[in-house]
Amino acid sequence: MMLTGFKGSWLAFHVGIVTGFVSTFYLLNGLLWPQPPGAESQTSHPDVDPFWVIQHPALLSAGHPHLSGEVSATAAELYSKVRILCWVMTGPSNLETKARHVQATWARHCNVVLFMSSVRDDGFPAVGLDTKEGRDQLYWKTIRAFHYVHQHHLEQADWFLKADDDTFVVLDNLRWLLANHTPEAPVYFGKRFKPYAKQGYMSGGAGYVLSKEALRRFVEGFRTQVCAHTSSVEDLALGQCMEKMGVRAGDSRDAAGRETFHPFGPESHLTGKFSKSFWYWNYCYYPIVEGPQCCSDLAVSFHYVSPELMYTLEFLTYHLRAYGYRYRYQPPLPENAARLLQLQGRPKAGNATLLVQGSKRL
Amino acid sequence: MISESSSFVKGMMLGGLFCVFVTFIGHNKMGHGTKAHHHEHHHIQAPNKEDVSNLSEGERMELSHSIRVYCIILVKPKDLGNWAAVKETWSKHCDKAEFYSSESVKVFDSIVLNTNEMWVMMRKAYKLAYERYQDEYNWFFLAHPTTFAVIENLKYFLLKKDASQPFYIGHTVKSGELEYVDGDGGIVLSIESLKRLSKIFEDPDRCPEQGGLIWKLSEDKQLAVCLKYTGVLAENAEDSEGKDVFNTKSVGSLIKEAMANHPQQVVEGSCSDMAITFNGLAPNHMHVMMYGVYRLRAYGHNFKDALVFLPPAGSDND
Repeated sequence: MMLTGFKGSWLAFHVGIVTGFVSTFYLLNGLLWPQPPGAESQTSHPDVDPFWVIQHPALLSAGHPHLSGEVSATAAELYSKVRILCWVMTGPSNLETKARHVQATWARHCNVVLFMSSVRDDGFPAVGLDTKEGRDQLYWKTIRAFHYVHQHHLEQADWFLKADDDTFVVLDNLRWLLANHTPEAPVYFGKRFKPYAKQGYMSGGAGYVLSKEALRRFVEGFRTQVCAHTSSVEDLALGQCMEKMGVRAGDSRDAAGRETFHPFGPESHLTGKFSKSFWYWNYCYYPIVEGPQCCSDLAVSFHYVSPELMYTLEFLTYHLRAYGYRYRYQPPLPENAARLLQLQGRPKAGNATLLVQGSKRL
Repeated sequence: MISESSSFVKGMMLGGLFCVFVTFIGHNKMGHGTKAHHHEHHHIQAPNKEDVSNLSEGERMELSHSIRVYCIILVKPKDLGNWAAVKETWSKHCDKAEFYSSESVKVFDSIVLNTNEMWVMMRKAYKLAYERYQDEYNWFFLAHPTTFAVIENLKYFLLKKDASQPFYIGHTVKSGELEYVDGDGGIVLSIESLKRLSKIFEDPDRCPEQGGLIWKLSEDKQLAVCLKYTGVLAENAEDSEGKDVFNTKSVGSLIKEAMANHPQQVVEGSCSDMAITFNGLAPNHMHVMMYGVYRLRAYGHNFKDALVFLPPAGSDND
C-alpha cells in the first residue's frame, strides 16, 4: 500500500512539473510577447485607388497631386489651365504587366487618362478599340483612339497626348512646354524625326501631343479622306496626315536648346555612345547631343521604360531632391503662360459636372 | 490521495518556476526580444520643418557654410570604373573629397596607403584626415566607390547637430551586442568622434591594426568596436517619417522590393525623399542618379528650404 502510494506521489509530482511548465509557458507567451501582427488585411485591389473619379472607361484625376513640403501653387495652376488628356497604347496581355504601373505613376498627373486596348476591360478600366493586337495594328489603334477621344472627351482637355505603356512622361514639364502655345493653333509636339516627311514627324515611342485644333484636323482628315490608313508605321503615317492637314510639327526643345522628348531611356541618352552607323543619327531632326546635355532638366518623356524604372523615375522626379539646391537651369515662365495664369473666369463647362472632389462615380 | 495532489501541486510550482527561469535566461541571451531590441537600438532623426522655418536669407547662407563635410572614398585599382564615376559625380558636392587608394594608379591622383587590407586602409585614411583637416572640416564622411551620396541632404540632416559632440551615424546593423554602421551605406563622424578615434588608434590592445580576434571582423565592425571604447555609439539615421536615409542598396533594388512587398504603395512606401546614400551602383547608374537628383524635376513645385547650396564651378552634369 505504502509503495503504490509513494509511486502515485512521484507520478503526480512529475506530471505536476510538466503541467506547471507547459501552462506557465503559454501564460508567459500570452502576456509578455505581443501577438505577431497579422498580415495587413490588404484585400488585393484590382480596382483603381481612390485618387480617380471613374467615368468608365476614362479616369479623371480627382486633383493635382501635391508634394510633401512644397509651398508654391504654380504646378497646380498650370494643371487647371493647361489641361492634358493622356491616352496610353496598350493591350490585354500588357494591362497587368505594364499599364498597371503607368496607372500607378505618371498617369496620375494627367487631367484625364484613357488606356486604349483592343478589348474592353471594365475593371482596369480600358477602352476596347475593336482591333487585333500586334505591331501592324498600331496605326489602326491610333486612328480609332484619337477618334474615340474626339467623340467623347474633346471638351475635357486642351491638349491630347499619346504614349506607349513603356513611355514615362512628366506631365508638369509638358504643361510648362505647352503653356507657351494655344490649343487653337494647329500644332503638335514630340521627339522630331526628319526622314520621309517634309516637316518631319514625331517618334511614337517617345510620345507626342496634339493641340485641340490638331486633333480636330486629324479627325476631319479621315472624314474627307485626305488621310487614310496608309501604313502600319503609326508615327510616320500620323505625321504625314498632320502635314497634309496643315498641322505644324513643333520644336519641343527647352530654352537652352535641349531635347525634352526622348526615344530611349535616361541611361542610354546620358551615358550611351550611339555608334555612327546607328539609324538614330540619320533620323534626328535636330543635332544629337551625347552626355549630360542630351536631356533637358525639364524632360517630358523617356521610352523603353520597364515597370521598375517607372517607379524609379517617379521617385527621382517627384520625390528625391537635393535639399536647398539652386538649380543651374532656371527657365522663366513662358510669356503666354504668365498671361494664362492671370486669366480669370475662363469658361470650363465640361469639368464642373464631372469632377466631384474625391468621390467615385461609376 | 492527499499526498498525490500535494506532490502534483509542488511539481506544478517547480515546473512553473523552472519555465520562468529558462525563459528569461534565453530572452536575455538572445537579446532579440522586441522590447530589448527597441531599447538598445539608437535612432537619430532629421530636423523638423518647424525647427528651420524662421531664418533670414543671410542666416540661411551662413548656416549652409557652417556645415563643412570632408569626404573620404576608399578605392582599389579594381574599382577604376566606379572611381571615375564618383569623381565625375557626387563627390564634387563635398566641401573637399579625396580618394585614398590601396596602391598608386596612373590615371588618377590619390593618397596612396600602401595596403590592401580594408581595415588598415580605413585606419590610415582617418588618421591622415584628422591630422590634416581637423581645423578645416567638422564632419567626415567615408564611402566606398559603389555608393552615391547627396551631400546637401547630409548637410540638412546634420543641421541641428553639434559637431563637438561624438556622433557616429549611418545605416546601423546589430550583431550580437555590437551596433555598428554598415560601411556600404556610408559612415559619418563628427570631428569629436574622429578625435577620439585617433586617440584609440594608439591603443594596440583595444584597437589593434591587425585583428587580434579569432574571427576576422569586417572593417566597419572593427571601427564600431574601437569607437565604443571611447564612448561613441552608432546611431541609425531616419527622416521625420522614420525612414532610413542611409541606404545600403540602390534605388532600383529598393523599388523592386517594394513592388513585391507593398505593390499598392511602391514609391511612397520605400525610399525617403531626403535620402542621403544609395549603394550598389554601377558607373552608368551614378550618372543617371546625378541627373535625377540635381537636374530632373517637375516644373512648378517650389520649396522653402532653410539652406542654400549653389552648383559647383566647372561642372555641367548638375
